[in-house]
Amino acid sequence: MLITRKAEFSASHSCYNDRLSEAENRALYGEGAGSHGHGHNYVLEVTLEGEPDPATGMVFDLKRLKEVIHEQVVEPMDHRFLNREVPPFDALIPTPENIACEIWRRLEPKLRFPNAHLHSVKLYETEDLFVEYAGDGK
Amino acid sequence: MTRVTRRYRFAASHRLHSAERSEAENSELYGKCNNPYGHGHDYILEVGVRGQIDGSTGRVVNPLALDEFVRAAVLNVFDHKDMNRDVDSFRDVVPTTENLSLDVERRLREGWCFAAAELDRIKLQETKRNSFELKGL
Repeated sequence: MLITRKAEFSASHSCYNDRLSEAENRALYGEGAGSHGHGHNYVLEVTLEGEPDPATGMVFDLKRLKEVIHEQVVEPMDHRFLNREVPPFDALIPTPENIACEIWRRLEPKLRFPNAHLHSVKLYETEDLFVEYAGDGK
Repeated sequence: MTRVTRRYRFAASHRLHSAERSEAENSELYGKCNNPYGHGHDYILEVGVRGQIDGSTGRVVNPLALDEFVRAAVLNVFDHKDMNRDVDSFRDVVPTTENLSLDVERRLREGWCFAAAELDRIKLQETKRNSFELKGL
């Protein structure tokens, strides 16, 4: 069974690769290459896979899941400039692909249980662009 | 493996009518969608790609390039067009959204120009209440 909890955070970022020229950066990232940054209201969906515990009737306590997402993702990223304030994005370009993988890396170790584990993360940068990551090789 | 999905919109009209069936059969099968003058929808197209994140760009695919490709390969073909009369693929094929999904897949595959990313899925929403998806492409 899959269960999903949604969270939101607002953050600014700039997508720019120092090793490429200004023109190459513009071609790759368009308006997103501006060095002062711009922001999004990110929407995150965190999906766990597991079987309901017969004692509680739950795969995992959604209140606890909300807390884990808050501690690992929302608190460190909400209302922040990702490039300057949230490692590893000082050294890793905060494209939605990289943000989704970083969110997986933060959450996965905290969500290993006998009857449930992290299945996938889905990150909406806008309504029209979203990224899904389910770990290496999936 | 990371999956990236982009959403696009186009407005198009169609009429569901099969030349192999009688007027009564068409009316029975397609109902209101068989209206002889046609009718239209605001379609929402999701194009999903899969691949590894490029270490240099942080991207699976450049969304600006994907947008340009999808615009030329699909959106410009269908947007503000009558599928039955303006799009060759539907001169003899009924433009149900099932057939439209397959036609969109064919168009994307034919011109696909992203070596590092593969087409993963297509989802077409005809109205808020119905959608059609091709997965695991």
